Amino acid sequence: MSSVKHYLQILAALLALLALTVAVAFVNLGPFNTPFAMFISLAKGALIVFFFMNMRRETPLVRLVGGAGLFWLGILIALAMSDYLTR
Amino acid sequence: MNVSPGIAHQFDDAGQQREAATLGMWVFLATEVLFFSAMFLGYTVYRVSYPRAFADAAQHTLLVVGTMNTAVLLLSSFVMVLAVRAAEQRRRFSLAGLLALTALLGAVFLVIKGFEYAQEIREGLLPGANFHIASSQPEHARMFFYLYFLMTGVHALHVFIGVLLLGGFALRALFTRRIAAMGTAVDLLGLYWHFVDTVWVFLFPLIYLIARHP
Repeated sequence: MSSVKHYLQILAALLALLALTVAVAFVNLGPFNTPFAMFISLAKGALIVFFFMNMRRETPLVRLVGGAGLFWLGILIALAMSDYLTR
Repeated sequence: MNVSPGIAHQFDDAGQQREAATLGMWVFLATEVLFFSAMFLGYTVYRVSYPRAFADAAQHTLLVVGTMNTAVLLLSSFVMVLAVRAAEQRRRFSLAGLLALTALLGAVFLVIKGFEYAQEIREGLLPGANFHIASSQPEHARMFFYLYFLMTGVHALHVFIGVLLLGGFALRALFTRRIAAMGTAVDLLGLYWHFVDTVWVFLFPLIYLIARHP
């Protein structure tokens, strides 16, 4: 269990990332706008999972199960897109 | 045999019992990831196939409203973390209050989303007989809004269930005689709530942040 101040810092980081991703959406990065936005979402997701959901203090077993969901998502997207992107 | 209050007989100790509960919740959340990932895949396939139509369609989404709602959900997750802390510290009234506040923020999210839907339906963006949009590929722009209503709708259903659970838990915190026994349940409800928040974090840029630059 961490201090309230610590969680406030995480909240501030999340809101700052939200502001950043909205601001950058108005800058033309060519093909990189969407990858950048998804990268920011990954960072926000990681902050939520590791700090708010306390994954950083969980046992390896719980981490493995949590990671498995992400891994399956990766398989689904990667295999499906390897078809659609190469037609 | 060692029998302690609050520990079911199949567990050695409180730590093992808590890990089993957390593990079960993460298994559920992994299936929820799969449930949402089918829709995310559908979105990805259509967006890669029809980028122009998706860019046209996304111009009609309400960025300010979406950003506000993201902030509301992030804030609600923060309050939920404080509720989990209060449960661990067995502070009954803080726990009830913080759970109620989290529920309130979830309800605020739903009300804002409702006004947003109403505005979009008035503009004729709900796929159906009245759908109309200025795009060179209206049928594909329509697919964006089909996915938009489907994904945000399913997400809103999750928020709604969360609000009901949070409200119920707040009442339970007020009236239970064994506040110490609520810790794990509040912990797991927190995991669910943060998961729903995380789904929104990924939905947000895919809906509101397409082709906003000049």
